[in-house]
Amino acid sequence: MENVATYAELGKYLGAGLACIGMAGAAMGVGNVAGNYLSGALRNPSAAASQTATLFIGMAFAEALGIFSFLVALLLLFAA
Amino acid sequence: MATEAQGEGSGLVFHPMDQFIVKPLFRDIAPGSCDAAAGLTDGCVRWYEPTNVTLWLALSALVVFALFVLGTRGRALIPSRVQSVAELTYGMVHKMVEDVSGKDGLRYFPYVFTLFCFILFANLLGLIPKSFSTTSHIAVTAVLALFVFLGVTILGFVLNGTHFLNLFWVKSAPLALRPVLAIIELISYFVRPVSHSIRLAGNIMAGHAVIKVFAAFAAILAIAPISILAIVGMYGLEVLVAVIQAYVFTILTCVYLKDALHPGH
Repeated sequence: MENVATYAELGKYLGAGLACIGMAGAAMGVGNVAGNYLSGALRNPSAAASQTATLFIGMAFAEALGIFSFLVALLLLFAA
Repeated sequence: MATEAQGEGSGLVFHPMDQFIVKPLFRDIAPGSCDAAAGLTDGCVRWYEPTNVTLWLALSALVVFALFVLGTRGRALIPSRVQSVAELTYGMVHKMVEDVSGKDGLRYFPYVFTLFCFILFANLLGLIPKSFSTTSHIAVTAVLALFVFLGVTILGFVLNGTHFLNLFWVKSAPLALRPVLAIIELISYFVRPVSHSIRLAGNIMAGHAVIKVFAAFAAILAIAPISILAIVGMYGLEVLVAVIQAYVFTILTCVYLKDALHPGH
């Protein structure tokens, strides 16, 4: 019976660690958004200022999924 | 708790999540004295008690009041520094609502502006050492996001009637694809308040926890200088994050508002 509890604890920490891999995806997504914005902005600087709002919206959406994996990690550590 | 002291003897003690504990203001509670199953209720926070969350929420409201009501009281033609901060913030959010939600979105500008200022100052006050960052709690941000979600949904149905459902029934897609898209759109619509609130709380919480982890490393003399530099760097980043997250929360509110005002893609 003790073993079951220990393994459950172990699984929690392993799961939290694995969930953090999801943040890599969010990192790539946010980097992609910012990089493409910059390359577009350098080609046409006059249009850059009008697109900053779109940049932040795109970043926020890409980041949301990374935050979900962070949430899964937190739930495993503190709530499960 | 998972953040129990690790390696206590070496002076390396991590308590990154302790800063987020909600405590009553006027009463000390012993740890472990709140256990409903064992009949212990002394250490529980009662619903009528003012807590550190209450204090810092009230303080951020007060700072917003001081900046925008007292700061602009002079109404000088050549604004003072405080007045120009207030005016520039007002102008920035006004332009944002107009750009993202359109001219008819400006009717809802006061609410969006209130959200922006409140979140901004809650984030920034949370960065004062020894203070409490209220926006790191999902309970706080969830209420903000839920009101946006409910308000936008009700507004969409009131203004457009059943036409609002065009948001989910994508007319520009082929007919065979529409039911699939409808399900995807429906899911993404209901995930909105979740991601809206967790983005803010997660960012603030993660940043503050990282600073506390670096602070724990400062106890080791050999790496203390690096650790303190890292804290300074992270703190600068956190100031940036505090402003950007307030901006992102507001701009997403504007995007949702636009969907309610002009449904259909």
